[in-house]
Amino acid sequence: MARIGVVVFPGSNCEFDAAAAVTRLGDQAEFVWHTRTDLDGIDGVILPGGFAHGDYLRPGALARFSPVMGAVERFAATGGPVLGICNGFQVLVEAGMLPGALQKNRGLTFLCQPTTLVVSSTSSVLTRGATIGQELVVPINHFSGSYTCDDETHDELVRNGQIVLRYKENPNGSRDDIAGVANKSGNVVGLMPHPERAMSALLGSADGMVLFEGFLGVKVAPFVLAH
Amino acid sequence: MSSPAPLHRALGLTDTELESIREVLGREPNSLELALYGVMWSEHCSYKSSRIHLRRLPTEAPHVLVGPGENAGVIDAGDGIAVAIRIESHNHPSAIEPYQGAATGVGGILRDVFTMGARPLAVMDPLFFGELSDARQRWLVEGVVSGISGYGNSVGVPTIGGELTFDDCYASNPLVNVLCCGAMPIQRLVLGVASGVGNLAVLLGSSTGRDGIGGVSVLASAGFDGADGAESLDDAKRPSVQVGDPYEEKRLIEACLALLDDGLVVGIQDLGGAGIVCATSETAARGGVGMDVDVTAIPLREAGMAPFEIMTSESQERMLAIITPENWDAVAALCTKWEVRATIVGHVVEPSIDANGRSVAMLRVRQGFGGEVLAEVPASSLADEAPLYNRPMARPADLDAIIADDPSDDEPVGSPNDDLLELLVDPAWVYRQYDSQLFLNTVVGPGRDAALLRLAGPGLPSSERGVALSTDSNPRWCALDPRAGTALTVAESVANLACVGATAKAVVNCLNFGNPEHPEVMWQLSEAIDGMTEACVGLGLPVIGGNVSLYNESGGHDIDPTPVVGLLGVIESLVAPPPGWEWRKGDDIVLVGARHANSHYRFPLGGTRWATRRGRRGGHVPYFDAETLAAAINFVAGEVASICAGQASDVTAVHDVGGGGLAVALAEMVAVTALGVEIVELESHAELFAEFPGRFVVATNDVQSFIARAELAGVPVVPLGTVGGRTLRIGSMIELSVDEVASRRRGALEESLAAVL
Amino acid sequence: MNYFVIVDVTLRKGIADPEGSTIERALPALGFTGVTNVHAGKSFRFDVEAESEEAALEKATSLAERLLSNPVIEDALPRIGER
Repeated sequence: MARIGVVVFPGSNCEFDAAAAVTRLGDQAEFVWHTRTDLDGIDGVILPGGFAHGDYLRPGALARFSPVMGAVERFAATGGPVLGICNGFQVLVEAGMLPGALQKNRGLTFLCQPTTLVVSSTSSVLTRGATIGQELVVPINHFSGSYTCDDETHDELVRNGQIVLRYKENPNGSRDDIAGVANKSGNVVGLMPHPERAMSALLGSADGMVLFEGFLGVKVAPFVLAH
Repeated sequence: MSSPAPLHRALGLTDTELESIREVLGREPNSLELALYGVMWSEHCSYKSSRIHLRRLPTEAPHVLVGPGENAGVIDAGDGIAVAIRIESHNHPSAIEPYQGAATGVGGILRDVFTMGARPLAVMDPLFFGELSDARQRWLVEGVVSGISGYGNSVGVPTIGGELTFDDCYASNPLVNVLCCGAMPIQRLVLGVASGVGNLAVLLGSSTGRDGIGGVSVLASAGFDGADGAESLDDAKRPSVQVGDPYEEKRLIEACLALLDDGLVVGIQDLGGAGIVCATSETAARGGVGMDVDVTAIPLREAGMAPFEIMTSESQERMLAIITPENWDAVAALCTKWEVRATIVGHVVEPSIDANGRSVAMLRVRQGFGGEVLAEVPASSLADEAPLYNRPMARPADLDAIIADDPSDDEPVGSPNDDLLELLVDPAWVYRQYDSQLFLNTVVGPGRDAALLRLAGPGLPSSERGVALSTDSNPRWCALDPRAGTALTVAESVANLACVGATAKAVVNCLNFGNPEHPEVMWQLSEAIDGMTEACVGLGLPVIGGNVSLYNESGGHDIDPTPVVGLLGVIESLVAPPPGWEWRKGDDIVLVGARHANSHYRFPLGGTRWATRRGRRGGHVPYFDAETLAAAINFVAGEVASICAGQASDVTAVHDVGGGGLAVALAEMVAVTALGVEIVELESHAELFAEFPGRFVVATNDVQSFIARAELAGVPVVPLGTVGGRTLRIGSMIELSVDEVASRRRGALEESLAAVL
Repeated sequence: MNYFVIVDVTLRKGIADPEGSTIERALPALGFTGVTNVHAGKSFRFDVEAESEEAALEKATSLAERLLSNPVIEDALPRIGER
């Protein structure tokens, strides 16, 4: 049974939901308060959604300086799986652990709605259990989710298969319909949609299951760093 | 130049009220004491015009744990879980600063709920604006919706529904109501009581600024030293709009729930209207103990604040906890973790003994603990002994003439197709901006008959149960007949819950009315309360909380009476989603419930959306008949509940026939499924658009079996038609393509909002 | 003439500024001590066609008060800027 650290910043609000997704698949979730500086014994890290530090200044801008982020960077550098969902994705790009940036949605309003995602790459801890072209219904819930990056970065993302999920119908103006990206090694992944909200047919969709199974290493071969 | 008004009048107190204060104190009040009475005896805090009527509402039932008068009503929802619910208005703040007005409305209602020990799990927002052809209304709508979205999403409580009404009577006085529901393990239920002499009153959360210092701001210029008059009211001291900080509130929620879980508090109370004076006097009055408050201990946001400003400020995101001294270190440590400021601002003290030897819980405002006493008044005189008014009432003189102009008397003219298209509005533009899914409980979210949640959350015992919520209003009916209109609104709400399989358990109300000094408004209020009483008694529902918002008027015109009903229901087993509106090709469509209204007319059009759009605001409102309504509602609720419990059923879709009538209900189902329907010829054009509760459109794939069950339950059923094709066809009256219905409905709101500024 | 106008919109004195306070509280952790009175606001930049500087500012002031700010809680300060 894997031990998954769910990082809690003041202002995080999807920590319970992320933990529920982990325990639903039989693993153990442990809340990691943002002032902690070690991740001893942790097998994977989730930065959940919410509004860390109120999202004041810019989403993720203050959270990246929380003490725990040093430990998360070291954990990722050794190949540990790190998943940033929504606000967690924003923190990872502010911290420079993932390329690009997230801007306000094209329509300048918050959007909470189901979206259809298309798996674009399976070389990441999140998508390794899925198949390319697979469609997954997963809701989005954000104000600043429009992914942007310069041409050079975009070329590189495409070349390395780092664009892991795209929107079938772009809801927010993201460049190249990007919904989620991975780092070059594939062990750090961020996405704006909320797979933890798509774990049960009772709530509308169970399509997030295949993503969490990938991240938690359930029913998939062990992840090998891409390098 | 005329001499300034006496201070008590400037503070909103009448001469008689001043006399009562003198009697209570046995002396002349000083200006700080007057200010405390001024805010606590305001209509907003004391309900002095409405309390006499509110007493008539039924409030008891075996499952009610906390009824009206506390911060929130609480019921036992089963499986060791208690559910708290509260509704409030934030109308006037939203009219001047829509974003912050709506945002702080959300913040306030959440505090009311977590004060009880419950984690807030859902918010709903009934909103009322003027017609969108006016640019100011568009500004208000966008501001209010983004305020709810900005605060609610960030603080981390899903917004799962509400209502959206446009009518010119709200043009200068929008209504922004907000309902919150929370849940707790039953043993965590706490009340806002101060007890235990020697205990400490700890202020948690934000610092105190000059926010929302209403009428008492007159003291800013009158001053304690009786300096200059209102002329010199300096700009910096003007009352300011409250600004919400959802991030502070989020930390406050977590800190307070952790304090309760760790058993570190004796009582806890939120700071809302009237700020510290309200929280300290209410907790002291309930506990029958005295309270010494040190004004110098309260952390301030601005320099130079006077004691009356500190005591009455409505700065947001603050709570008052009563703790024992030995727990202070643990409380301080927990608050440090959550970055919540905690300051000892008061001491619980022995009650005083008055001249007659009676024990009196006194609220003392001091300059330093043990320092000079700046104000000293019996806590209960502020909290519970505000004057009670039985204001004059009069049925509006022109009401009979208005009712007499009944649109049901005329043969409807015009194109039913065009009429139907005009009535279709999809509120998705609004609710897409709300996080409606957090906590993984939302089985049915916004935009449907009622919202349905799993009854689950951090720290709750595990349960298969669900809770359902609906907010409803019908100001058009209530303007014509506030009694029947309110009773029918309750019925409509219960019918909405039936669509998601829930049994109604408790009502909360937000009574939005005009100026209580107008006898017609008091009559409307009194009638509405009688109507609510009739419906609640008839349907077996307790009213467990409410809010009264008066003085909703502009330019001398009162708003239409707008009692908003918030209804909480429970479903015992929620393992599968209810059928919703998604009918399938080949399904048979039936109308469940009485086909004809029990009224002057078979298909009444008075107060309908259809008639209102034609400028016809008169007519008769249907009668309320609890027995007929309950039969249809209970039958439908039972059918849906068995589906939610995981049983097989021939029922594939259920939709309440509500605003807009039968034609709108059918068109909504066509729009969301993109499947057409073939409906038989109706009895008349009026049947398309007539409104009266207790009717449901049901789709079934075994119509014989369904009809047999309905007959067994004694509920009338009328076969209406079959699902299929690309057309919405209702006899010879309506013929519209599925695409047109869907696109008109989808685009209606956005197009109105996008109109040139 | 074309004038470059900058409008700073800030919360009025005495209005709670949660964003400013949160940033201020975060600074010591990054080693920035002695920084106080942090206030957040918005800044708008645009060109105004007008007869004179005064006329440009007048237009900008009216625009700022009617559209860019809510005078109930915010002050709008237009000034002629350097490009």
